[in-house]
Amino acid sequence: MTTRLKAAGVAVTTLALCGTLAACGGAGGPSGGGGSISDDKIALGVITDLSGVYSELAGENAVAAVEMAVEDFKKEHGEDAITDKIEVTKADHQNKPEIANTAAREMYDRDGVDAIFDVPTSSAALAVATVANQNKKLYFNVGAATTELSGAQCNPYTYHYAYDTYMLANGTGKTVTEKGGKSWYIIYPDYAFGQDMNKSFTAAVEEAGGTIVKADPTPFPNDNFSTFMTKAPTLNPKPDVLGTMQAGGDLVNVVKQYNEFGLREKGVDLAVGLMFDTDIASIGVKPLAGTQFTTAWFWNLDDESREWADRFKEKTGVRPTFDQAANYSAATQYLEAIQRAETDKAEDVTKELDGYEFEDFFARNAKIRAEDHQVVHDAYLVQVKEEAEVEEDFDFTKLLETIPADEAFMSVEESACEMG
Amino acid sequence: MDGLLQQIFNGLVSGSFYALLALGLSVIFGMLGVVNFAHGAFYMLGAFGAFILLDSFGLSWWLALFVVPAVLGIVGMVLERTLVHRLVALDPLYNFLLTFGIALILQDLMRLRYGVQSQPFSRPELLDGSLNLGLFSYPKYQVFVLLFSIVISGLVWLVLTRTRVGMVVRAATERADLSQALGINVGRWVTPVFGFGIALAGLAGVLAAPMRAVNSSMGGDLIIVIFAVVVIGGLGSVFGSVTAGYVVGMLTAVGNFYLPALSQSLVFILMALVLLLRPAGLFGREEGVHA
Repeated sequence: MTTRLKAAGVAVTTLALCGTLAACGGAGGPSGGGGSISDDKIALGVITDLSGVYSELAGENAVAAVEMAVEDFKKEHGEDAITDKIEVTKADHQNKPEIANTAAREMYDRDGVDAIFDVPTSSAALAVATVANQNKKLYFNVGAATTELSGAQCNPYTYHYAYDTYMLANGTGKTVTEKGGKSWYIIYPDYAFGQDMNKSFTAAVEEAGGTIVKADPTPFPNDNFSTFMTKAPTLNPKPDVLGTMQAGGDLVNVVKQYNEFGLREKGVDLAVGLMFDTDIASIGVKPLAGTQFTTAWFWNLDDESREWADRFKEKTGVRPTFDQAANYSAATQYLEAIQRAETDKAEDVTKELDGYEFEDFFARNAKIRAEDHQVVHDAYLVQVKEEAEVEEDFDFTKLLETIPADEAFMSVEESACEMG
Repeated sequence: MDGLLQQIFNGLVSGSFYALLALGLSVIFGMLGVVNFAHGAFYMLGAFGAFILLDSFGLSWWLALFVVPAVLGIVGMVLERTLVHRLVALDPLYNFLLTFGIALILQDLMRLRYGVQSQPFSRPELLDGSLNLGLFSYPKYQVFVLLFSIVISGLVWLVLTRTRVGMVVRAATERADLSQALGINVGRWVTPVFGFGIALAGLAGVLAAPMRAVNSSMGGDLIIVIFAVVVIGGLGSVFGSVTAGYVVGMLTAVGNFYLPALSQSLVFILMALVLLLRPAGLFGREEGVHA
């Protein structure tokens, strides 16, 4: 039996090696092409989570959003489009940096992809950013939240779209503190995203005049938060707000147990660091009603957003999350920049993008900052509706406040980015 | 002091899940020598069972508490008869791989059907609110979970120690070959015991639905801890797994309170210590351990 297992092991290893090296098939390198468009086509690659925890908030529907952007671009420019050969490819990175790294290399080197989109999970996004820089090809991060991408680890080929931990903390942390939630108890999952969120929220709360009574890292993933729930009201001084930085299934656990332990009745309000419509659908509107959080966009923000969301629903059957909407917006801005530059050569496209100001259904008062490649735009402080206010599926949030683009993101002066 | 007491209580509640799951895993291992890697998946199916009964058939959670374990128990018995049974005579590794594969298939099927997002599920109304326990008040539902698991563990213990069936199972669990040699038809009990172990996992899942996220990965995340619990208690020792379940629950809760960053490792540190000092586990017998 051992030999049989060994044989199987060898076979598996060989296959795996073939996969990672991408050398077993004889992949052709990128060639200049000749015309203004390399390989005679524009290729967009979406690296996302197609099977794991983020596959519903990003996933296949993020790919669908990029495809929609391509269709709309062709329709808009018709005969005048720089090319009608625009491809969209996708890869599953399982939220792992090493898989994302391989996928990005394969896309740039083998598939002739000109720009990569999405990439949820910060560690994976940072890996893709490095590959983009090495290959001198573009990467539009949408799915990952770390400020590093347009901070210390920024590079000339990477753009940070949609949102980051600063935006979330600045919106929720600052506003909730200013409205009277002075003292905070923060719980955060003990990995890169959680630690980054904790840092950003602590800074935002303290800047607004609040204090952090305590910040506890929690195991990840975790299904039992009872310790933290019983601890919260006994802290000295008693916190006004429990700030949870958990995401996905862990967030569901936190909210269920927050209600179970009746913390709201004990005077500890709940603030959520990052939440998607898909999370609200899992938890239900009732236990979350009144909870405030910051979002980059939501589908029934106004008529323009709603119109796009209706088209998206026709194509996919569901309402878009802000990640999916942002992927559409990023792909559109990229294609428009190529149209203006009349080439898909990365260096020329970035010249068109840098400093560009625009407006679309997703990004309002938007500007692509040349200094750190952060795409800034209005963000929104929203509140989960009461059950009675919900009129249809996914109609979960209402707008409390628009955070203007120049306040929503970290300023260029604060950014640690040195573009080189 | 109140804080610590409350943490211990928290620990007992999460220990309830560990105990029920470890108990099922332990009887299956003892009786068949099978390390059932699919145990977490059946826990997940239990939670989904409660969700499906409520969502599609409008059946209350109380009914699910009985219906779901019964159905899963039958599924378990069918599984034992059709698949597990065939591999028992071979190297234990085969059944390990089989159950691991089953776990992956079940998880993926549920993911295909229900996605990765958690399903909404709320507490039964009767158990809403909290209960004043003197020193502190505690969510009613969680008190119920604790009592219920203690009652179930107690009942299992009574059946095992006070009835003839129990004695046969116990003898077969702890010394299957010896019992066989003494003329006890161990084979007859294998299938029901396997089904019973699976039913317990399903029951834990039903109990979890109102207080934890119901999604396809909920079992996979838990199963590693459960294995540690069983090892700490002593492989195949029924009493050991239940006790270790509550102990590990308390340890994690108290650890969360004082050393949140370390709490996840505490259970494995304890497991390493137990393995070093008492390789057979706290309540296992040295020679009773299967290879």
